[in-house]
Amino acid sequence: MTTANQVLSEVEYDVVGKRPVRPDGVDKVTGRAQYGADLNLTGLLQGRVLRSPHAHARIRSVDTSKAEALDGVRAVITAADLPFASMSKDELGGDYNRFKFLSDNFLASNKALYRGHAIAAVAADNAHIAEAALALIEVDYEVLEPVIDVRAAMQDGAPLLHDDLVHTSAMGEVSEKPSNVASYMKFEKGDAAAGFAQANVIVEREFTTASVHQGYIEPHNATAHWRADGQINVWCSTQGAFVVRANTADVLRVDVSDVRVTPMEIGGGFGGKVSFYLEPVAALLSSKAGAPVKVLMSRTEVFEGSGPAPGSWMRVKMGANRAGKITAAEIELAFEAGAYPGSPVMQGATCAFACYELENGAVEGYDVMVNKPKTSAYRAPGSPQAAFGVEQVVDEVAQKLGVDPVEFRLNNAVTEGSRKVEGPVFQKIGLVECLEAAQNHDHYRTPLSGPNRGRGIAAGFWMNRGFHSSVNMTVNPDGTVNLIEGSVDIGGSRASIAQQAAETLGIGYDEIKPQVVDTDSIGFTMVTGGSRTTFATGWAAILASEDIKTQMVERAASIWDVPAEDVEYDSGVISHKSEELSFTFKELARQLYTTGGGITGTASLDPTGEGNSFGVHVVDVEVDPDTGKTEILRYTAIQDAGKAVHPSYVEGQIQGGAVQGIGWALNEEYYFGNNGQMMNSSFLDYRMPTSLDLPMIDTVIVEVANPGHPYGVRGVGEVPIVPPLAAIANAVEQATGKRMTALPITPGSVLEAEWNGG
Amino acid sequence: MPGLVHVTTTINGNQTDFLCEPRQSLLECLRDVVGMTGSKEGCNDGNCGACTVNMDGRIVCSCLVLGVEAQGAEVNTIEGVASAEGLHPIQQSFLENAALQCGICTPGFIVATKALLEAEPDADEARIRHWLAGNLCRCTGYDKIVRAVLDAGERMRAG
Repeated sequence: MTTANQVLSEVEYDVVGKRPVRPDGVDKVTGRAQYGADLNLTGLLQGRVLRSPHAHARIRSVDTSKAEALDGVRAVITAADLPFASMSKDELGGDYNRFKFLSDNFLASNKALYRGHAIAAVAADNAHIAEAALALIEVDYEVLEPVIDVRAAMQDGAPLLHDDLVHTSAMGEVSEKPSNVASYMKFEKGDAAAGFAQANVIVEREFTTASVHQGYIEPHNATAHWRADGQINVWCSTQGAFVVRANTADVLRVDVSDVRVTPMEIGGGFGGKVSFYLEPVAALLSSKAGAPVKVLMSRTEVFEGSGPAPGSWMRVKMGANRAGKITAAEIELAFEAGAYPGSPVMQGATCAFACYELENGAVEGYDVMVNKPKTSAYRAPGSPQAAFGVEQVVDEVAQKLGVDPVEFRLNNAVTEGSRKVEGPVFQKIGLVECLEAAQNHDHYRTPLSGPNRGRGIAAGFWMNRGFHSSVNMTVNPDGTVNLIEGSVDIGGSRASIAQQAAETLGIGYDEIKPQVVDTDSIGFTMVTGGSRTTFATGWAAILASEDIKTQMVERAASIWDVPAEDVEYDSGVISHKSEELSFTFKELARQLYTTGGGITGTASLDPTGEGNSFGVHVVDVEVDPDTGKTEILRYTAIQDAGKAVHPSYVEGQIQGGAVQGIGWALNEEYYFGNNGQMMNSSFLDYRMPTSLDLPMIDTVIVEVANPGHPYGVRGVGEVPIVPPLAAIANAVEQATGKRMTALPITPGSVLEAEWNGG
Repeated sequence: MPGLVHVTTTINGNQTDFLCEPRQSLLECLRDVVGMTGSKEGCNDGNCGACTVNMDGRIVCSCLVLGVEAQGAEVNTIEGVASAEGLHPIQQSFLENAALQCGICTPGFIVATKALLEAEPDADEARIRHWLAGNLCRCTGYDKIVRAVLDAGERMRAG
C-alpha cells in the first residue's frame, strides 16, 4: 500500500483488518458472475414497459388490443391487472395511501405523475417484438400542467399531484387543504432567538441542489416465473431480497410464502436498488403468459423511471460569538419527494447540525411532491444536501471570525455525550479525531499556491443503521465452514463478513465459504444499505461462530467424556483445561459425522449500537477564469470507520462516495424542459465523473472503535458522500471569491457569478 | 420480419457461427444468441464501456457494432482473458488491488486494460486515465482501478 492511504489503528486482529481477496472475485474478473440480466431459463420471454411521455397527465383510457394482436406477443398488462388499482379508499381504509401509491408506482392507474411513469407492459418472444408492441398501445392522456420545482410546488395554486392528499405535521396537526406538502416536521433545542441575540457574527443563506441519480452501471432488471402451483419465483438485482418479497406479495395480494426471491449479483445500487420497479410487473406478465418473463430497463428508463435523489431548497442561519462558539443555528429544508410522499427530509433534518455542539437550534423540514420519479435512497439520503448548505455557512462564519475552518469546527465539534437538536445523545464518536487527522495531514499542511486555486474542507455525518440480519454456518468435514447469508454483496461484504467469522473461530479466512442465498434459504435479513451490512450481518456471523464454538466444545467434552466446563476453545483449538487433550478445529471437524452429527451455528439478530460515522474531506481546486470549469487538483478523505474490517474495501467506499459527491457538486443534474421532461437521460448528457476528470483520492481511516460492536465496527458506506459538495463549494469560494449556493457548480454558473459579481 | 443472417466469426480464438437479425448488435448476439454474458449492457448507446470487446485489435463498444459486422472478424471478450493456466495478470491485479466493488464494469475495464498494456506496457497514470475514460465505474472513483492497471503493467513487464 502506498502512503496515499493511511490507517490509524487502535487494535490489531489476526484476520479482521487484513486485506484478503474477495471470495466472489474470480467470477467477477472473468465475466462468469451471474447478474440479473445474465439469467436464462427455458422458454424465457422478454418483457418491456410502456412509460408516460408526459410529466403530469390523467389517463383516460389504455387500449392494448393492437399490441395483443401482434405476432410473438404473449401477454400485455396494465394497472387494471393489479388488485389495488380498482380498490376504493373505503375498502383499503388506513392503508389506502401505502398500497395505492405502491401499486400505482408499478403501473399508473388514473394519473401519470412523471415522465417515465409505467403505464403498461408487454411480454414477447424477444425484446424487439416487445418494443414494437409497446408502440401499438394507445393511451388517451389528458395532459396536465406539471410542477417540478420544490418551491413552486409549495405555493398556493400549484398544480396538485394528488387531489385528495392532506398533510400531517410531525406534531400530528392535519391540514384541511390538499397540497403537495406530504408532511412537515420541526425540532427545537434551547432558544434559537436568544442564541442569535448573543452572536457577534450571523450568516444566513439560501441553497438549492438539483435532482441527481445514483448512477449504478447495471440497469434494473427482474425475472419472474409464476408457476402453475401458485409459487412465484423472482430473480432480480436488489439490495434487499426480503423487501422485494414483502412488497411483491403486498402488491399482488399473495402470501409472502408464495414468493421466493433470489438476489442475483448486483451491479451497483447506492440506495437506488432498495426501491424496486419491475418484479410484480414481471410476475403478472408471467402469470398471463404462462412462462417466465425477464424485464429489463434501458438506461433512459433508469433515469426517467427509477428514483433519483431529491432536489432541495434550504435556508440556513448560524450565529457565533467572538470566542468562536456557535450560539444558535437554524435550518429549513424542503425536499422533493417526487410523485409520492417519502423524501429523506427527516434524515436531512437530523444530519444537518449533527457535527456541532448546539445549545440553541431549530430544524424544520417539508416533504414535497413534484412531477418527478418517486425519489429513492442515495447514499446517506438527505445528508449531502443539508451539508451543502450548513458546511458553507460554517465556513463563512469561520471566515468572518478570522478563524481557521478546521479550528472552528474543532472548537464546536460534538463528542461523546453531546445532545442533538432532535434529542439523541452521542455515544463514542470520532469527529474530533477526524478533524485532528485533517489538521495534521500533509495535504492540509502544504500551502496551496498558484492563481485561481482554492482549498476547501467540510465535515459530514451519517447515523448508520443496525437492523435485522441472519447467518447460518455449517462445519464441513474438511474443517472449512459454509457461511450462508441474506446480505447482497455490493462491494466486498462476503469478504468482510467471512473475516469476522474467521476471526471469531480462530481459523483462516480461506476456510470460510460465504454464499448469498434466496429468501427461502436464510432467515430474515434487511437490505444491504444504511451502512449496516458489515456491522449487522458481520455480527450475526460472529454469533453464529460463537454458537459453533459452544457446540464444538460440547462435542469434544462428549468424545473425551468430561464435563463441558472443563473444555475451552482458543484460537481454533479445543482443549481440556488441565489434561493433555486437544483437537484442532480441523481434527474435530473430521470426526463430527461419526460422533453425534454435523454442527451448524445460527444467528438472527437486530442489533442496536451501530456507531455513528463522521468524515472530513479536504479538496484543492483550480477554477479556469475563462471557462469557469472547476478541476479537482488534490483530494483527501478522512473517516472514522470504527475498526476497518477490510481496509481496501473501506478505502473503496470512501473513494467511491467522494467521487459521487464530486459528480454531484460539479456535473450532475436532471435537466428539465418546460414541460417537465428530462432532457439529458443518457450517460452522454448526464455526465458522471470519468477517470480523466479525477486525481487519486487519498484516504485516512481513523479507527475510533465502536463500543457497540464486538470488533468495534462502524458502517462506512454512506458518510463519504456527505462532505464533498460543500468542501468543493468552499474551495471554489477560496479560488474565486464567489459563494456558490446552487448545485451543480457548472462552468456556466461560475461565469455567471463572476459576471454578476454574485 | 427480416430474415436471419448467418455470421461466421472468431470469438476468443474459436470459430463461431451464429444466426442473427441484421438489426441485432454484437452485444446482443454475444449475450442472447451465443450465450456469452460476460460483456455487460449498461447503456446500450456507447457511453459506459461495460460491453467493451476487442475486435480485430481495436477495443469497441459491442453495443455500437452490429452482429453482422463480426463476419470474418477476430472478436476477443472477457471470457477469453483467463486461460487454462489461470487468471491473466490484469485479473489478478484487479483482485489484489480491490479494483472492483459491484463488478459490473469490470469485464469492460479488463478488456480495455489488456489492449492498453499490450500496446503500451509502461503506460503511466495520465495515459491510463485517458485510455480508460470511455469506461464508467460508479463504485470505486477509479483510484484502485488505476493502481491495479499500474500494478498489472509492472507484472506484465516482469513477465
